[in-house]
Amino acid sequence: MTAVESAPIQPARKASGRPSATRLLLNNTLATGGLVVLAAIVLIALAAPILPLADPNVTAPANRLLRPLSEGHLLGTDALGRDILSRLIWGTRVSLLVGISATLIAAFFGSLIGLVAGYAGGRIDTVLMRGIDMVMAFPYILLALAIVAVLGPGLLNALYAIAIVNIPFFARNIRGITLGLARREFVDAARLSGKSNAQILFIEVLPNVLPVIVITMSTTVGWMILETAGLSFLGLGAQPPQADLGSMLGDGRKILFTAPHVSIIPGLMIFVLVMSINLLGDGVRDVLDPRLKSGALSRPVARTAVTRQGLVPDAAPDPAAVLDVRELRTEFHIGGEVFKAVGGVDMRVGKGECLGIVGESGSGKSVSAMSIMGLVPTPPGRITGGVALLEGEDLFSASDERIRQLRGSAVSHVFQDPLSTLHPLFTVGDQLVEAIRAHEPVAKSAARRKAEELLRTVRIPNPAERLKAYPHELSGGMRQRVCIAMALAHDAKVIIADEPTTALDVTVQAQVLSLLDTLRAERDTGVLFITHDFGVVSAICDRVAVMYAGQFVETGTTEQILSSPAHPYTAKLIDCVPVLGEPDRRLDAIEGRPPMVNDLPKGCAFAPRCPRARDTCRAAPIGLTELGDGRTVRCLYPLTEDGDE
Amino acid sequence: MSEGALLTIEGVDKTFGGGRTLFGQPRPAVHAVQDVSLDVQPGETLGVVGESGCGKSTLARMIVGLDAPTGGRITFDGRDLAAEAGRDLRRLSRDVQYVFQDPVASLNPRKTIRTILEAPLKHLTDLDAAGRRERLEELMGAVNLAPSFLDRYPHEFSGGQAQRIGVARALAADPKLIVLDEPVSALDVSVQAQVLNILDGLKDRFGLTYVFISHDLSVIESVSDRVAVMYFGHVVEIGTSRSVFGRPRHPYTHLLLNSAPAPGRRSLSAEDAHTELPDPYNPPPGCPFVPRCPRATEICSTAMPPLEGEAADPGHRAACYHPHEHGAP
Ligand SMILES: Nc1ncnc2c1ncn2[C@@H]1O[C@H](COP(=O)(O)OP(=O)(O)O)[C@@H](O)[C@H]1O
Ligand code: SF4
Ligand code: SF4
Ligand SMILES: [Mg+2]
Repeated sequence: MTAVESAPIQPARKASGRPSATRLLLNNTLATGGLVVLAAIVLIALAAPILPLADPNVTAPANRLLRPLSEGHLLGTDALGRDILSRLIWGTRVSLLVGISATLIAAFFGSLIGLVAGYAGGRIDTVLMRGIDMVMAFPYILLALAIVAVLGPGLLNALYAIAIVNIPFFARNIRGITLGLARREFVDAARLSGKSNAQILFIEVLPNVLPVIVITMSTTVGWMILETAGLSFLGLGAQPPQADLGSMLGDGRKILFTAPHVSIIPGLMIFVLVMSINLLGDGVRDVLDPRLKSGALSRPVARTAVTRQGLVPDAAPDPAAVLDVRELRTEFHIGGEVFKAVGGVDMRVGKGECLGIVGESGSGKSVSAMSIMGLVPTPPGRITGGVALLEGEDLFSASDERIRQLRGSAVSHVFQDPLSTLHPLFTVGDQLVEAIRAHEPVAKSAARRKAEELLRTVRIPNPAERLKAYPHELSGGMRQRVCIAMALAHDAKVIIADEPTTALDVTVQAQVLSLLDTLRAERDTGVLFITHDFGVVSAICDRVAVMYAGQFVETGTTEQILSSPAHPYTAKLIDCVPVLGEPDRRLDAIEGRPPMVNDLPKGCAFAPRCPRARDTCRAAPIGLTELGDGRTVRCLYPLTEDGDE
Repeated sequence: MSEGALLTIEGVDKTFGGGRTLFGQPRPAVHAVQDVSLDVQPGETLGVVGESGCGKSTLARMIVGLDAPTGGRITFDGRDLAAEAGRDLRRLSRDVQYVFQDPVASLNPRKTIRTILEAPLKHLTDLDAAGRRERLEELMGAVNLAPSFLDRYPHEFSGGQAQRIGVARALAADPKLIVLDEPVSALDVSVQAQVLNILDGLKDRFGLTYVFISHDLSVIESVSDRVAVMYFGHVVEIGTSRSVFGRPRHPYTHLLLNSAPAPGRRSLSAEDAHTELPDPYNPPPGCPFVPRCPRATEICSTAMPPLEGEAADPGHRAACYHPHEHGAP
């Protein structure tokens, strides 16, 4: 053991690339606007007792229905001569207080019900949620009216009514989230750590639900203010002489035509208040909702952006290659940082040949493969250099229309998860027919016959019946066969298969591999095969490229690489996996982790983990060296065949 | 069952669903584990291997008390495990712990590692605050992580580091038996080896017994003393790792071993596409492997074959009417 291996691993402090929640919120102009307006309203409402305002409830019949901007009454007076400005500010205070309290009450009880129902499941869940369903079955305002009718009119009772009516909304939202969390492994782990149910629910689950509660609150408080206003408007909320926005509106209703300002002013206030709350609420939701966090708000375009600057190698196409990729560079630009996911990769696939790309996750295998047909999402991805030649045609400068034609016909993809290709709501037959007709103007019936033929090609028993099946009715192996059938629909010249068997069981994996192997021989299709497993490589690949930190570190035939790896990383990667039939082999772990591709070292990217590293390795980028027989290696001190250590 | 076993599982069944609906309709039941019997000796690693859905995880969850068996008996150290788990899971959790497949999902994203690792120390041991602090450092050392990690959140960790924390949590209360459910399957190959080596070291250091579950034959072969092969809820073959991998008797074990890719192995034996499992809602009366088995005869469909030992090696048992015979080892 070297010192490197035995030293405990130290955390690597990485600069957090994500801006703080507050900054995200302030970046949203609408939300910031909402925040400013709301803050102003709240401050004024809070300051009501110390502001030089007239008493809101003092009537002065002599001064009734004064217009706005009249002497001493900035916003005029109402039918009883009360000062509207004063009533507006005091009324806003009341409406805000009632709306927020109702929200808090509804959030508390609703969330509690949702948490308990979602966590307990079974009977308790059924009983609680059926109760909630019953509450929801009544029209909203009718229920509130009924509650007030029972409790009697009054502001406090209106508050209860609004809160009760909104409980189901919280309960359902929170139950859904809790249900998902309660089945998560960390909950089981907490149970095995000795925690009681209550401890798990409130210490483990609740913190994960809290953001959702806050989101739900921020998006409902506006509604609740409106609803309170509605009840007061009907005379069921605030009782005279107390003012709230709804009752002011109600007071003005009868004289809408003679003195419109009496109702328009509180109406405008309600509008501004609710609008500002909702804008802010939407902003808060966008910040807290994890799905919207990663910049997913900007929809990616249909094809990876290509920004090659003088980095186009002048390519004399290799006539023997169907697919010939040179010097491919693909980067992700995220928050001012550049992740060089692919840093100059050459891939050549001949007719009927299978090229394997092997490497650990994050090494750039998928991005390399996805770049070819422009499937890397932009933003944040972009191709910054290289060419990809499909039988001599540069794919990176082809038109969008041309790429659309080629996708799924000349070049097709098979992914790790068949469900990412298959639509859950259409039958396998419909999807195959659509894939066929997308590139070939044939009648439906002809396409259907071809679909059946394709399923037979991928050795699916009873194909006519299987055409009618939905994806979820098939096993994982069958689904992957359907995806392969789809990839074969148009005599593909190249199939790009990204870990197509990783999610499959060994016996099924063996079938799918032998199927792919037979098909490529029968049809002379080139295959670009991505995997992390040298066993799988042996079963199907003619040539292999080993990838590390965005670059190929070694290429050669499968036999060469497996029997005499030249790059220290390849050797270590082979030695760290247990091999069937050699149980006593010592597993030689590779300590440490691959470098981050936004912070690559100047020299060899493997140097920090390499037992052969010397100072020269770290000094400058390492080029690929030809070893003859089409073998290349990116290392200054490669392992030689006679196995020097 | 055999004397001195730490864990004994006798005729255990687990069905999910079933019962009746509110209106008295019978609900369909999935038979996840059927009539499984095996025992685990102190200090050994029992490997459990099988394909997805064969009941490995269900078996694991029953051993740690997260699920209760619907039939049969599980005994740990002479105690009725299922009854004890129902009454007081804490008592069982002091002795039997679990390592999860998905290391990141098994850590609460909103808790620091310190909080996560302190939970078992607080609830399962009598250590005081100082004792806990000492034990935390010891645990981090045991899984080769710097103590400065303690105040980090799970998302700051790679899969391999997160799994070491999962192992540290399982170790915290000083258990006797740890059930590892696919502990390295979600990890990159280079990291797998790190975790496997750490697990190996801990076993000797703390005198642990492992039940190690995986779908990966080569991993199982390299870690196990004995191996149980599961198919469709049944244990179909069990024996020492050497005999099961060296002289497999059950046709399914043969198929598994011939399907597994290995570096340098050019062709894998692939069956035809008829690999569908029988309907778990309605298991067949006989051997579930019949539709895929090249050796099947009529008798195979009549009743489930018993798990029987080989004449030359009684500990190497297979549930098959026509097992491969190898003669004396
Ligand atoms: N959509 C994306 N946005 C940002 N970074 C990405 C995206 N996809 C991949 N990356 C980054 O690119 C690098 C290579 O990833 P990938 O090609 O998926 O690796 P592999 O397929 O070898 O596991 C990684 O650092 C990964 O984090
Ligand atoms: S160049 Fe040096 S550090 Fe890099 S792999 Fe070769 S020997 Fe190791
Ligand atoms: S019992 Fe019959 S069908 Fe089952 S594995 Fe043995 S030979 Fe095959
Ligand atoms: Mg990938």
